[in-house]
Amino acid sequence: MTLADELARQQRSISVAEFFEKNKHLLGFDSPTRGIITTIKEAVDNALDACEEAMVLPDVYIGIKKVSGDVLRIIVEDNGPGIVPAQIPFVFGKLLYGSRFHQIRQSRGQQGIGISAAVLYAQLTTGLPTTVISRTGAEEPAYRFSLQINIQTNEPEILSRDPWDWDRTHGTRVQIEFKSTMAAKKRLLEYLKYTSVVNPHARIRVEMDEESYLFERVSDEVIACPKAIQPHPHGIEIGQLMRMVSGNEKRLTDFLVEGFSRVGRKTAEEMCRLATLKPDRIAGSLTAVEQKKLLDAMQGVKVPAPPTQACLSPIGEELITRGLEKEFQMDFVRARSRASSVYSGHPFLVEAAIGYGGKLPPEGNAQILRFANRVPLLYQQGACAITGSIAGINWKSYSISQTGLPTGPLLILVHVASTNVPFTSESKDAIAGIPEIEREITLAIQELGRELKTYLSRRDKNRLQEDRARAVCAIIPELAAKVAEIVELPPPDISPIEGRIMKKIVVKKMTREGRVNLEVCNYTGQPGTLTLYDISGDQATDADPAPAFVTDLEGEYTKVWQITVDPGSVWNVSYSGSGGGALEVRGVPGESVAVVDLDV
Amino acid sequence: MSKGSLDREAKEKLVDIARRWYQQMTEGAIPSISLPSRTKLNIAYDDASEVWKYGDRESVRSAHTAKSALHLLKMAYVIWFLKKQILESRSSTLRELYYISEGWKRAKFSAQDESNFLIEDLEILTDMQREAFHLRPEEDGATVFGPLRLREMTRRGARDIHCRDDVGEAGYQIPNNVENVDLLDHDAKFVIAIETGGMYARLIENGFDEEHQAILVHLKGQPARSTRRMLNRINAQFDLPVLVFTDGDPWSYRIFASVAYGAIKSAHISELLATPRAQFIGVQPSDIRDYNLPSDTLTEKDVAALQSELTDPRFSTDYWKDQIQLQLKMNLKSEQQAFAARGLDFVTREYLPRRLSEMGIL
Repeated sequence: MTLADELARQQRSISVAEFFEKNKHLLGFDSPTRGIITTIKEAVDNALDACEEAMVLPDVYIGIKKVSGDVLRIIVEDNGPGIVPAQIPFVFGKLLYGSRFHQIRQSRGQQGIGISAAVLYAQLTTGLPTTVISRTGAEEPAYRFSLQINIQTNEPEILSRDPWDWDRTHGTRVQIEFKSTMAAKKRLLEYLKYTSVVNPHARIRVEMDEESYLFERVSDEVIACPKAIQPHPHGIEIGQLMRMVSGNEKRLTDFLVEGFSRVGRKTAEEMCRLATLKPDRIAGSLTAVEQKKLLDAMQGVKVPAPPTQACLSPIGEELITRGLEKEFQMDFVRARSRASSVYSGHPFLVEAAIGYGGKLPPEGNAQILRFANRVPLLYQQGACAITGSIAGINWKSYSISQTGLPTGPLLILVHVASTNVPFTSESKDAIAGIPEIEREITLAIQELGRELKTYLSRRDKNRLQEDRARAVCAIIPELAAKVAEIVELPPPDISPIEGRIMKKIVVKKMTREGRVNLEVCNYTGQPGTLTLYDISGDQATDADPAPAFVTDLEGEYTKVWQITVDPGSVWNVSYSGSGGGALEVRGVPGESVAVVDLDV
Repeated sequence: MSKGSLDREAKEKLVDIARRWYQQMTEGAIPSISLPSRTKLNIAYDDASEVWKYGDRESVRSAHTAKSALHLLKMAYVIWFLKKQILESRSSTLRELYYISEGWKRAKFSAQDESNFLIEDLEILTDMQREAFHLRPEEDGATVFGPLRLREMTRRGARDIHCRDDVGEAGYQIPNNVENVDLLDHDAKFVIAIETGGMYARLIENGFDEEHQAILVHLKGQPARSTRRMLNRINAQFDLPVLVFTDGDPWSYRIFASVAYGAIKSAHISELLATPRAQFIGVQPSDIRDYNLPSDTLTEKDVAALQSELTDPRFSTDYWKDQIQLQLKMNLKSEQQAFAARGLDFVTREYLPRRLSEMGIL
């Protein structure tokens, strides 16, 4: 026996399942702690995708429970359209089985690996099967499956399949048990928080370790499910073209017009001319060399960018802002959705947001929230094009300090949506450095950076003004005291002066010759709406303007005026009376109002 | 005006400033004060008095900003102090006032200039001189030598003094308060005010005062108020021409301008201090050329000063414009004592007589 024969005996095909068993890290199952996050991430992605397709507002329930020792039971339940019983074994029990791989549109999951990899992982660590319950509608019964994957063949093994009495009318529930720890709890909550930020239409309920968390939705708008489009001639490779032409009976021009987006008859004819192929050739009859020529021609002809409206689903500036405001407390939040763009024929768009101040940690690197197709990216931040683009911006020109990454109480959110997000690996942790995408990210952040700078300089200016005003207010009392000493009179009340300098609303009461005068001066920058309570023995029947109402309590009359005073203007009222009593102001914060009784 | 009523007026006028602030504060207004703006853009020629006075431009200092609030606080402290000083019949110097402010914490002066400036503000606001507030200037008056007889009220009684016969070689020293001096009589044809001590001594030594019946006044650089007041009074009382003899550089022209027209700093009392009819003898830029005087080139600062004088209303005559432009063209300046290059007697024998007859004095 030759050595080659010897080797040949060992050579055999490898099942995908076997391959992934050995290369768990490629799918994000490198460690038990990470495994739990990946599992939940895959299940939640599927749930959200399914709900989007069914146009329902997602209600996702996540349960994590310790079963025994280091075995955890993970339950993810959604209110999606459900899965027909015949498909359930394949969706959960076969790697690389999915509905979205061949479609060109934005979706969270794509390859059909995620959830089945979790099933595989559970099987490898505990040997336990995965339980799936799904119901497709009120008319249909729910089915409960117990599944495993045959590692050698990558085919599902159905351990049991029973109708099930389920209180949901539609939806899917998956229950996976595997060995792990709760060490990644913080990370998991972070993941859910971020998911909730970019999916403001979803409600996510979590029960974990006897604790429950709720990420409430802030938008009741069902997001339109992105529609699939045809491939773009610039975004196609030879393999795909070969698949598309094989067995195609159409004439070449028809094949091009119907099979690709943005290709019209004229463009198709130009492609044929450039490839020196007759337009009426049957597509399926092209030789390999001709196919290559056609591909070159397709990419050589100028074709408009693929349609992006339908196949992409941006979150939108308003919803990003609301999503962020819901989960973070910040002084400044702005979001920007860039117009869609194209790299290698794949439509994509970039959305970004910047948050500043509030309860963000004042020191250290900025918090970076990375998203691809509404899915948070938690690992390999350093390897991601988003991080690279952020570090490549000169933040100092936006008054933000920087050591590689920007530092300070800063939050940066970047969402890349595409029909084909270019990840660096199958674990979908980092976006590859595609120049077109990096450019869009940079432009979006720079736009926001300029707004942040404006905000910061305005804030600093206000702060400076306030400091100055404070300095003045420290001197005025001393001046008043000295002046009083010179003129040998009691020190004057300086609170109205302070109000003026500190830009407050100053309310004055003064009684002269049997008339009571009330005056409200607004030295602030905004209109002041307030309610004035003047409590004294005066009935104020001749007051002009008359009070909104007067109450009488044993001879004490409370006169109430509801007024709005524009910045820089004065409101007054006068009535005959003897004054005295008390003056109260409601409706404006106490620190921005000064009440002065000049009669005291 | 008796001393008592002068004190009362000074005190009342000072307290009035504080009263205004008190009134503003009780009305809820931010205390403020308005003063004529003290820049050369705001001095104007007053035809009636023939001197340069502050114009209509006013700058308002309001306690709106910390800086102005502090300024008002300092002013309040000074008013408070002066009021006390007047009531107690005491006096102090500007320098002492500066040191007294050490105890005023926030309101203390950061430099002598600041307190001097503030006192000038008070003079403007009250329309009185600082002497009325019992404040004495630090600078001692300069000296006078020549055929002039006067009476000074000293602490030891009135003294009659002849400014040549009764004094030493250095002359009669002008007291701080010239109001305590009565001018009696003279035997002079003109007054010559000299910038440097060297030239003043040269004229005395050469007997210029006797030979030409001249009263010599030493200006000692930029003249003190008392020196200017003295010149003003001699000119007014005896109707004697006043001639100013300085170095030939931009700074010396300003000495002449302050004698003749008043200084920007004291434009509020120009009428008392300035001698509008004073004339400039030299050194003129044309003298540097005509007498080929030893000279230095102008520095950058000199040039800037000359340029600024071209826009100064006090130098807006054709004579000064020509002279200054000539100097800028020559790029040279000379000192008074440069005449010594032609011999020690040249200035008294040749230069001054020639200039004086040119000007119609001799």
